[in-house]
Amino acid sequence: MNRAIASILAVLSLFALPLAAQQSLPPAPLAYEQLEDPAQEEAAQALMETLRCLKCQSQSIADSDAPMAGDMRHQVRSRIQAGEEPEAIRAWLVERYGDYVSYAPTVSETTWPLFAVPVLLLLVAGLILWRRLRKAS
Amino acid sequence: MTSLKVWIPLAIFLLFCGVAAYQLTQPKDEFVESTMVGKPVPDFELRPALAELPGVSIADLKDGKPKLLNIWASWCVPCIAEAPHLDVLKRQGVEIVGVAIRDRPEDVARFLNQYGNPYTKIGADDLSEIQLSIGSSGVPETFVVDGNGIIRHQHLGDVRAEHVPVLLQKLAEAGAGA
Repeated sequence: MNRAIASILAVLSLFALPLAAQQSLPPAPLAYEQLEDPAQEEAAQALMETLRCLKCQSQSIADSDAPMAGDMRHQVRSRIQAGEEPEAIRAWLVERYGDYVSYAPTVSETTWPLFAVPVLLLLVAGLILWRRLRKAS
Repeated sequence: MTSLKVWIPLAIFLLFCGVAAYQLTQPKDEFVESTMVGKPVPDFELRPALAELPGVSIADLKDGKPKLLNIWASWCVPCIAEAPHLDVLKRQGVEIVGVAIRDRPEDVARFLNQYGNPYTKIGADDLSEIQLSIGSSGVPETFVVDGNGIIRHQHLGDVRAEHVPVLLQKLAEAGAGA
């Protein structure tokens, strides 16, 4: 029985080959290979989880099996291995793709209202509450 | 007066629904534009993607002549669609330098045999390094680079017939500015 399943799978795997067309080259060395230094790998992983996969836009590069995401992971890991700071690598990518490539929120000319409005609403709510409480007493 | 105030939260809610509904009907823009337009192409050197043509390095982009830098791959289907239009550009005297992403020499050769070769040089970018360094997010993409190696324009997706005059125009502007 097992042998029958194995032979079916072997035949099916022949048909799977054309699907791997984008991957005619082996993946980048550090795409699926963790760094030897656990601290460096941890830093790389944290960064990769906050970088957008450009080919599969709702995933991070840590999450995606797209070849380009693999190349981006290689880029991140090899730079961290060379001693570069994670935030410098993020800045390098943002310089090329804009804020869009990073999932980490930043305060900028266009995003500051996102941070200011909640604070403002809290202040207004606090003010209303304070006035009501004062009236009640 | 109070009766009007009562409707304010509902009005805000409806406004929010309206904005959300409008956004849902808008087609999703899949393209991520490079923010490197106006900036120089970073230093690079790529080995030849196949034996017959030379590879590409930054020096080739700084030879004083504006040219097209085409990011493509033999495994990329839209690249087949743009091949005839690149050929039109080539016949108009445009120099097109290719960068093949994650490609093997035999696959590159087969593609060029089948769909024609518009390139004077093709570099092999096995790790998407050049692609990432110029802010390109997929294949195919075409960059107009002036004679000093500065990116003047980015075309996302395959080049179609209607894009040929646009690219010629951008090349002329790049030539005038260099």
